[in-house]
Amino acid sequence: MRVPILRQAKYLIASIQSALSDHELLQLRDDLMEQTGRYRARGVVVDVTALDVMDSFAARTLRSIGHLLNLRGADTVIVGIQPDVAISMVQLGLTLEGVPTALDLEEGLAYLDAQMG
Amino acid sequence: MEPEARVPIKSDSDIVLARAQGRLLADELGFPSTDATVVATAISEVARNIVQYAHHGEIMFGKAHRQGRSGLVIIAKDEGPGIENIGLVMEPGYSTANSLGLGLPGAKRLMDEFEIASQPGQGTTITMTKWAP
Repeated sequence: MRVPILRQAKYLIASIQSALSDHELLQLRDDLMEQTGRYRARGVVVDVTALDVMDSFAARTLRSIGHLLNLRGADTVIVGIQPDVAISMVQLGLTLEGVPTALDLEEGLAYLDAQMG
Repeated sequence: MEPEARVPIKSDSDIVLARAQGRLLADELGFPSTDATVVATAISEVARNIVQYAHHGEIMFGKAHRQGRSGLVIIAKDEGPGIENIGLVMEPGYSTANSLGLGLPGAKRLMDEFEIASQPGQGTTITMTKWAP
């Protein structure tokens, strides 16, 4: 299933709805790259609230989404990492290496607003 | 161990099925949700290892009981190329697939017991167990 990407003013909001396969995660990366250019987005929120597992592949892909979109001129923030998922990530030694995170969509949008000044 | 369930692993979408199956059994065994998530994450890593290196294999799930504690046993089996140097693949950061190399050492860190049996050309079998607290 393709992750829906909503447009809100100068932001894109990708809202993951269920567990994703590797291909679906890579599709999300490609869709965000394309739409960031097409809509001249300045900020992107990736909402992972519905992800019940964050393994090394998912973390790596989210990290590359953040870094790639940054190179395209859009700030990216990952929101909604669940407590159990956070604990597993720490045990596994996964980090998002500098890609900002926020509690939820609301905080993510507030973060982007603050970045825009 | 008599498997309670088996999930064939042939593509990356099977990884999602395997971890859902693991979570189901973890719930049945009364694991707290954090442990169920930890187990599902470890399953994801060993299942991806099958997809990446062996292309197909199988994950079997079973229950174990020891000294009044319940455990979830996961066996990931493939008939792929096998592992030449197990010590090397268990070093965090080692990877031949240009990934982070966190996969197998990561799964080991997440589980209570973790064993790899492998020989070049003979496939790989990983047996790992998580005990309920």
